[in-house]
Amino acid sequence: MALDAFAPWEDPTAKPLIQFQNVTKRFGDFTAIDTLNIDIFEREFFALLGPSGCGKTTMMRMLAGFETPTEGSILLAGQDIAPVPPNKRAVNMMFQSYALFPHLSIWENIAFGLRRDRLPKDQIAARVEEMLRLTRLEKFASRKPHQISGGQRQRVALARSLAKAPKLLLLDEPLGALDKKLRQETQFELMDIQEKTGTTFVIVTHDQEEAMTVASRVAVMDHGQIIQVATPDVIYEAPNSTYVADFIGEVNLITGKADPKGDALHMHWAEAQPAIVGAPLEGAQAGQELHYAIRPEKVSISAEKPTDAANAVQGKVLDIAYLGNISTYHVELAGGQIIKAQAANSRRISRRAFTWEDDVWLSWTATAGVFLER
Amino acid sequence: MRRLLIVIPYVWLLALFIVPFLIVFKISLSDTAIAIPPYTPTLDVSAGFGAIRDFFLELDWENYIWLTEDDLYWKAYLSSLKIALISTFLTLLVGYPIAYGMARAPEEWRAMLFMLVILPFWTSFLIRVYSWMGILSQEGYLNQFLLSIGVISEPLVILNTNIAVYIGIVYTYLPFMILPIYAALEKLDISLLEAAEDLGCSRFSAFWLITVPLSKQGIIAGSFLVFIPTIGEFVIPSLLGGSRTLMIGKVLWEEFFSNRDWPVASAVAVVLLLILIIPIVLFQRNEQKQREAGK
Ligand SMILES: Nc1ncnc2c1ncn2[C@@H]1O[C@H](COP(=O)(O)OP(=O)(O)OP(=O)(O)O)[C@@H](O)[C@H]1O
Ligand SMILES: [Mg+2]
Repeated sequence: MALDAFAPWEDPTAKPLIQFQNVTKRFGDFTAIDTLNIDIFEREFFALLGPSGCGKTTMMRMLAGFETPTEGSILLAGQDIAPVPPNKRAVNMMFQSYALFPHLSIWENIAFGLRRDRLPKDQIAARVEEMLRLTRLEKFASRKPHQISGGQRQRVALARSLAKAPKLLLLDEPLGALDKKLRQETQFELMDIQEKTGTTFVIVTHDQEEAMTVASRVAVMDHGQIIQVATPDVIYEAPNSTYVADFIGEVNLITGKADPKGDALHMHWAEAQPAIVGAPLEGAQAGQELHYAIRPEKVSISAEKPTDAANAVQGKVLDIAYLGNISTYHVELAGGQIIKAQAANSRRISRRAFTWEDDVWLSWTATAGVFLER
Repeated sequence: MRRLLIVIPYVWLLALFIVPFLIVFKISLSDTAIAIPPYTPTLDVSAGFGAIRDFFLELDWENYIWLTEDDLYWKAYLSSLKIALISTFLTLLVGYPIAYGMARAPEEWRAMLFMLVILPFWTSFLIRVYSWMGILSQEGYLNQFLLSIGVISEPLVILNTNIAVYIGIVYTYLPFMILPIYAALEKLDISLLEAAEDLGCSRFSAFWLITVPLSKQGIIAGSFLVFIPTIGEFVIPSLLGGSRTLMIGKVLWEEFFSNRDWPVASAVAVVLLLILIIPIVLFQRNEQKQREAGK
């Protein structure tokens, strides 16, 4: 399958393009990056996800050469890049603040890096025109940055960093200010560029959907540490912690006590409720505290108790969030626990099957959710 | 109320600029006389309409024609321009690195550095120029110091030369250069320099391509603030300069107080003002641009 073909992180002989080796970065006594280890491979589209202030920009700035690690080292193609100044690195960065040159026109902003390489004039012009077309900025080429809108500025910053077609491109929230349609188009453009040029992308985003769409792998960060690095589907389906499960998408989290039974794992979580049955978790001891994470779209909702489901609980509809294509039902169980279930709105809203205060059954299969130790 | 607010600056301009200018202009059209005041005619409004008409008939452009006939004057104007240009350039050369250093200094130091720049204003300008005489004279501190460390064996002649004038002007007007440049550099976003470096600039070319253009307004403002008063400068060339230092401010002084030729002195002053109007208008335009860019 073509999709599976690109997975260098599973190949033990593959050489990573970038290696963070026990990298720590402190500002004064504040630790922004904490003994971080990652390998990023050539041609990857590596997404960094995490709450504000968790150190995403700091990581990028270390790659671009504006910060040096306090401890540890960063290797680019096997070479320690600490002594290489930013202007000698085959790395371009799109700044979170855009950092457009206010005294230069959009055209000159995009041409800036190309001119530093002393390319022939016509080559520069052709490349700039190409970038302008790509980011749909042709009409604004002669304007100054303060004469265009925020979203347009963001596109200029993107175009400027793309222009030099670097080996490694660092994009710090490149699409945040764009509307959804333009964002999706640009995402596909980015993936297309990546396909064509083989550039390695490291991208920071707050938009998990974006990370899911474009990324080959996603790293979820918190407090300067990487909590999990995996492909988007693994991050979503098999998070390694409640933090990751909670950070990406919506999730129901239930805490209880483990009860291993043969090849299944049961979890007791409330007096009056049946134990949750799921796939076993390696090393789970009887009586150990566990968390169970299940996505709302994996919980089905019905009026009658389903006969064949591994897990079924009864509750009352507390609230309904209508999201157009789907609705999220907030169902309160007898013990007070609230579980979210999603159902597609295949019928018109006036004809939906359940409404407030209805008694309903929630059910899911044994493989729908995951048990987590932390 | 709004009308009043508009009127106030005009009244100010009228009282402190237009009226004195008209008085000086009138004197420049008169002839010298041994009298008090030392020129004729004088206007006596009480003597009736005929006297006023005679008064105007007696005014003429003689003094301006005189300015073109004696080459002392245009040489003095040119020499002043030259000295002003060179000292503006020197002030920029000294002031820019200082302003740059201040803008890059840790935030908590900046207020103190700012204070240090304006600190000299706390003592009299005259005293500060006199103390330069003490430093630059042949027995002065500078020569003593250089002799004692053996750099020179004969004392240097600096005082009463143009070099002393340049030193004096650069010293005196330095704050006027530093402050506008500092204001421009302080606003400069460091990430612009990082972006330039990221795109392949060396530190040095990032300075020329980003820092200098973005501090251009400050450089222009500072240069005018030094250039405009320097052209008419009188105290520094007369105290530190020699007899060969020719500046229009000195000529003006001599016409007024040594020759007691008020009309010619006034003509010199009026022409000086006309020369200064050009840089002042340019300066205004720069300020205007800056205000628009700041919006
Ligand atoms: N120069 C600095 N001096 C001191 N602290 C800093 C500096 N730069 C960053 N920090 C701190 O390091 C932490 C990480 O910052 P960073 O900019 O990497 O966050 P981020 O993950 O990019 O956040 P956001 O999503 O808001 O952009 C923050 O707590 C920030 O305050
Ligand atoms: Mg950031």
